[in-house]
Amino acid sequence: MESISIEGTPKTPAVNFNAETGVIEIKGRSIPENSIEFYRPLVEWLEEYSKNPPKITTVNIQLEYFNTSSSKCILDVFKKLESIKKARNDVIINWYYEEDDEDMLEAGEDYESIIRIPFKMIEVVD
Amino acid sequence: MSFDIDEQFSKMNDGEVLLAYKGSITAQLITNVLGVVETKLDHVIDKSITKKKIYNVLVESLQNLYHHVDDLPGEFNSGLDIHFGIFVVSKIDDQYQIQTGNFIKAEKIKSLQERLDKIKSLSRDELKELYKFVLNNQKFSDKGGGGLGLIDIARRTDGHIDYEFNDYNTNYSFFILNIKI
Repeated sequence: MESISIEGTPKTPAVNFNAETGVIEIKGRSIPENSIEFYRPLVEWLEEYSKNPPKITTVNIQLEYFNTSSSKCILDVFKKLESIKKARNDVIINWYYEEDDEDMLEAGEDYESIIRIPFKMIEVVD
Repeated sequence: MSFDIDEQFSKMNDGEVLLAYKGSITAQLITNVLGVVETKLDHVIDKSITKKKIYNVLVESLQNLYHHVDDLPGEFNSGLDIHFGIFVVSKIDDQYQIQTGNFIKAEKIKSLQERLDKIKSLSRDELKELYKFVLNNQKFSDKGGGGLGLIDIARRTDGHIDYEFNDYNTNYSFFILNIKI
């Protein structure tokens, strides 16, 4: 299955989804007015990926900003990952946040409490 | 004397104004404004976390404005731009202030007021629970986050939001949201 590789813009994140390595990355900013358009292909890709995933999926989320329009779409991404985990595959989620950014750490904890996969919280120090 | 938009706008231009706008609220405008304000914040604030908080609240409040401006019917709009709204980003003493203003249909006032009063009354933990509940349970419309925007702003500012509804005519009011960070 083909990889997804999207470059970041001032309003949308850089995305790298690789079915062979099982590395799923979203990095940068996610603040479009309408996020559904941007995330739909990503969720569809994960749906397809979930049919035959590698043994280990590693997820790296490193967001500088995201708006509430994106928050629901990001939850949809996590729900797909949760179903991959439920099918007895390993899913490792790394949630990166900038040093002292309590809001972003808390956002990660919010997601972690909704989906049942433990997050590894990683503080990024300049 | 009825409500006067220009008077309101000049009243909002208080303190050290970083940016003030009155006119059509479009997606392109918001993109441009975010770029301008971010550059300005880079110059005036050293602390990255404060800058991030202001920027986050600005994104939510301007996108909220963009999604919710009601247009006045033609015969009343006395030459105002379509999707008319106003906003001011300013600094008063050591606090940053974001104010937005837009027309709202009279029939929407009650439910918005109830939502705002509820959000303002909640503790930090209650806001967190409400946010998670809405995130996980509410269907989102194409318009936006199903009311998550205001909850998010309240969480980030510890509930420092105020509002006013000013009667404009029988069918419309002018809604002002005032956020302090």
